[in-house]
Amino acid sequence: MLSPAIMRSNALSPMQSSGTTAAFATTLSILPDAAKLVFRGKTEAIEAAGAHFGVKPSLEACRFAAVGGRSVYWLGPDEWLFQAVNENPIEVFGGMSVALQGQACSLVDVSHRSDGIAVAGPTAALVLNHGCPLDLSLKAFPVGMCTRTVLGKASLLLSRSEEHVFHVDVWRSFAPYVWQFLDEARSLS
Amino acid sequence: MLLINCPYCGPRPEAEFVNGGQAHIARPADPMSLTDDEWAAYLYMRDNTKGLHHERWRHANGCGRFFNASRDTTTDIIKRTYRMGERPEAEHQGAKP
Repeated sequence: MLSPAIMRSNALSPMQSSGTTAAFATTLSILPDAAKLVFRGKTEAIEAAGAHFGVKPSLEACRFAAVGGRSVYWLGPDEWLFQAVNENPIEVFGGMSVALQGQACSLVDVSHRSDGIAVAGPTAALVLNHGCPLDLSLKAFPVGMCTRTVLGKASLLLSRSEEHVFHVDVWRSFAPYVWQFLDEARSLS
Repeated sequence: MLLINCPYCGPRPEAEFVNGGQAHIARPADPMSLTDDEWAAYLYMRDNTKGLHHERWRHANGCGRFFNASRDTTTDIIKRTYRMGERPEAEHQGAKP
């Protein structure tokens, strides 16, 4: 069995120190590692999954629900992302698969696929809009909204946890690119 | 940038979508009974419509779902988008569905 340190190294860990050092209105920070499971299935199965997970998944499009460190993101009409911050993916996955036995659905552990960045500050939306074509005003993208979208050349999951705080979840191989993109954008805005 | 109305997510920028070619092409029920020419026509021959055209689109950087769109190829205006399995509206069926 590999030690957890070998199994999981954040693709962004070299970035934090390499960025520009000047003070900006928008801060970038690395989000803690989390257990991430992608669920696909019908409504009955998602309700069972949510009941076990302790968070009621949103059936409304492009919304997420959070309780403590656990959250469920709507990704598509039959697709959700379960996220548990600082929890062991193997344990979370084990518990979920037992709870979902007999249900027609799929559950995939993608914990090691992506890393998270928090973009915070009064100009966070403007910084993101340097590469993201979505309307990020509060009216069109309210707190509690999440969606997959694009930023520059990368595909990512964007969510708004507070008015001035966005979370970006991006695949490991794109993570340094996205970090540098946002670092450059905040120096321009 | 054009906005495309995803039936699941609402209006979104076109950069999130990919085109999936002509819609409503049914796979022959019994491919073995087809001649080579008929099979080639099913595989490769597509309409080259000037005007209203029904086509598949995928919200690739969004919900990931395929849906259909009725687009005017002369103006690039998308008249209507609808989910997979639905038929184009009667008023839009002047073009070959």
